[in-house]
Amino acid sequence: MTTQTTSSEIPDAPAAKTPAGLIGIPSHIGRALATGGGVLTVLSTFLAWTWTQDFPGDLTVYGYPGGLQVLVLVGGALTTLLGLASYGVKGLRWLAPAGADAALKFAALATFATAWYTVIAISYELGGIVNLEPGGYVVAVTTLAAFAGALALPFQRPEPDPVDPDDTGWEQFKHSAARSWETVKAAFSAEAPRPVGKLPAYAEILVIVAVMAVALTVFTYGIGTEYDELFIGFLITAGFGFAALNKSGLVAHASQITKRHQNITICGAFVTAALFPFTQTDDQYATLGVYILIFATVALGLNIVVGLAGLLDLGYVAFLGVGAYAAALVSGSPSSPFGVHFPFWAAALVGAAASLVFGVLIGAPTLRLRGDYLAIVTLGFGEIFRITANNLDGTSGPDLTNGSNGISSIPNLNILGFDLGAQHDVGGFAIGRFANYFFLMLVITAVVVLVFRRSGDSRIGRAWVAIREDETAALAMGINGFRVKLIAFAVGASLAGLAGTVQAHVTYTVTPEQYLFAGPIPPNSAFLLAAVVLGGMGTIGGPLIGASLLFLIPNKLQFLGNYQLFAFGVALILLMRFRPEGLVPNRRRQLEFHEEAAAPAVLSKTGA
Amino acid sequence: MTTETITRGETVLDARGVTMRFGGLTAVRGVDLTVNSGEIVGLIGPNGAGKTTFFNCLTGLYIPTEGEVRYKGNVLPAKSFKVTAAGIARTFQNIRLFANMTVLENVLVGRHTRTKEGFWSAVLRGPGFHKAERASRERAMELLEFVGLANKADHLSRNLPYGEQRKLEIARALASEPGLLLLDEPTAGMNPQETRATEELVFAIRDKGIAVLVIEHDMRFIFNLCDRVAVLVQGEKLVEGDSATVQGDDRVVAAYLGEPFEDAPGDEEVAEVEAAEAQAASATDAAPGTDNAGKENDR
Repeated sequence: MTTQTTSSEIPDAPAAKTPAGLIGIPSHIGRALATGGGVLTVLSTFLAWTWTQDFPGDLTVYGYPGGLQVLVLVGGALTTLLGLASYGVKGLRWLAPAGADAALKFAALATFATAWYTVIAISYELGGIVNLEPGGYVVAVTTLAAFAGALALPFQRPEPDPVDPDDTGWEQFKHSAARSWETVKAAFSAEAPRPVGKLPAYAEILVIVAVMAVALTVFTYGIGTEYDELFIGFLITAGFGFAALNKSGLVAHASQITKRHQNITICGAFVTAALFPFTQTDDQYATLGVYILIFATVALGLNIVVGLAGLLDLGYVAFLGVGAYAAALVSGSPSSPFGVHFPFWAAALVGAAASLVFGVLIGAPTLRLRGDYLAIVTLGFGEIFRITANNLDGTSGPDLTNGSNGISSIPNLNILGFDLGAQHDVGGFAIGRFANYFFLMLVITAVVVLVFRRSGDSRIGRAWVAIREDETAALAMGINGFRVKLIAFAVGASLAGLAGTVQAHVTYTVTPEQYLFAGPIPPNSAFLLAAVVLGGMGTIGGPLIGASLLFLIPNKLQFLGNYQLFAFGVALILLMRFRPEGLVPNRRRQLEFHEEAAAPAVLSKTGA
Repeated sequence: MTTETITRGETVLDARGVTMRFGGLTAVRGVDLTVNSGEIVGLIGPNGAGKTTFFNCLTGLYIPTEGEVRYKGNVLPAKSFKVTAAGIARTFQNIRLFANMTVLENVLVGRHTRTKEGFWSAVLRGPGFHKAERASRERAMELLEFVGLANKADHLSRNLPYGEQRKLEIARALASEPGLLLLDEPTAGMNPQETRATEELVFAIRDKGIAVLVIEHDMRFIFNLCDRVAVLVQGEKLVEGDSATVQGDDRVVAAYLGEPFEDAPGDEEVAEVEAAEAQAASATDAAPGTDNAGKENDR
């Protein structure tokens, strides 16, 4: 070590021994500031932030938080609770099994970001900070104070990495930038959570119920956000708030408990999802719900093909289309050349079977290819389906699909005398058309989840994963690679076809343009694949969450307009850079979580 | 297990005139090799001699250009998964485990050919499914016990240390209940203790009644282990015989060390090396201790 480098390290040297915060406030003051700031933030949401109702959400009322104020209120409450937990207040220790400090930092960040976003949005949209009422200034100051206080909390600094004195200026800059980034990461990182104690079974089930209730509340709130600002604020609060809970170790605890009661968790998730239409007063958001569910179900089917068997399928949406067309043709629609009207179970069978046949026909020649070649060929077949459907209009081919006009006026389903097109009253709740289809789709989703779970954890599922991991070794272990891959392809295809049969009835019309490779409206092949990759390959929850986000974000952020796909691309790149295993990491990848070096190897496998 | 009933001498593997050409290059030329049950046969040769290519011909990864391979009298099918089903299992020179599967799952994949449960059985989960799954797991755990990895059944195979990955690969191959096990350099990269342990493992496998064909560069390992050794040089079988025969063969030495350019000094050096090798061999080998006399000339 030369004197040059050591001299530059001197100011940092004592800090490395006694843990200190990111900014130079004594840590006990910082802690008080963060907790007190949280309390004051909560109070400030009861003040008026602006004088006019021109800013959506009515932030002008004293004593009644509205719109973005509610989000800040939630953030402030979380900050306060975590602050108290970090003091070791009895009864709050369960909140932070992994230490409250890192969680407090994220909670304060969530509150700060949401509050400042609101304040800046008010000033920008209404033209100047004069539009802020005192409450607006108060919340800006208190959230800033809480965040600064949280940053002052002590943390374990990473070991300083000595600088090579021969480095050029640019390299030294890169080095110091990397070091500061490491320091920031360390400031926001938590210890491993203490293992969750064995609770009585009923208590654990109560925990699961609570988790489900929170999930339903968050989802319902997100889907019901009425204006762009609120949805952005929701994303900020939910994102950083989830990070806070994650760092506090609560998420790890919850997932341990749900893992102990997997069947209960899955049933609970379906019950929770079924409760969603009851939280809605009209059919407006049930529409979104059913579209999300269709998208998510198809993504889950794709996850069998991509996540388990590792076959990169870029034309998957064609199977959805085959199922939808098949169901539409036998639905009794006036534009169908066959004048038949099958009951739903028969139509569903026809749709699934048609997709199965189509899947085998496409799979048999293409599955002899590996990796990139398979991706290209499936992309081609997906487009062939769409163009063929476009051409089977009676002029350039036999009249089957009615060309680009598609098959329209598909009648509503009637299952056992239950008309899905009409509104029903269930215990005082009005359940409209889309809510009916939501329930039907939920059944289909349950089928797909069942197939995914059971086939994944069996001889055939292990063969799929083995093929994905190393095809040559799998063959040498006696696995008939082609046959096993064809099964995966066929299963994925028929599940998508099944979803397609419902989709045809939900949308009234089936046209070729619904089944593009890439387009702004999901589901299309690119978005399906993105939902799988973004959510987490090989998991059940991953594609469901990925699909919800991918559907809601473009739907809610209409102002992005033509930049939607661009924003989507940027988001995907960032996610792949910082969380390549997806939002919900696979069990296998969780096992290797302690191995930092393992993450890139995972990615290369998915690409192939 | 009913292994002791198998008598030595029944031919398990019979390769006749196996030739493998890649375009103009002949990697393996007219190799004959037989492996009898209860036997450990070694296959050695300098790098690039065609050992692994020959292995790939035996396991259906390559289809031999000429010649045929019979397993217990039946000609082997040309697909590698059918070869495994027929009863030949193998390991790989560069370990090819399923890295992101657990140790137990790796072995369960090896059970694939010996189980039948398909997609519908997995989805419907009748009693037969649970029974078969339980039996598979029991068998897999037995095998892990056998190679000494039972306590690591739930680890990801990528996280195992190198030596244990090799063991797991052997356990996975054994899970397909083979009659013949092909090991491609099972001790590559191992330290002497691990090599010794592998030796014990291979003997234990032989004692289960499974014939073993092993490629290896570690001569001490080979000559300790094998009942018979075949030497492959430039795609052709040079010699075959017991350890002593092969060790003493001039052509083998020449193939490994090269022919001397000039007569007098080269010969001396070769003799020196031979003497040193023989000494080393006799010092360490317990079994073939007194065969220095036979080394001189056994054409």
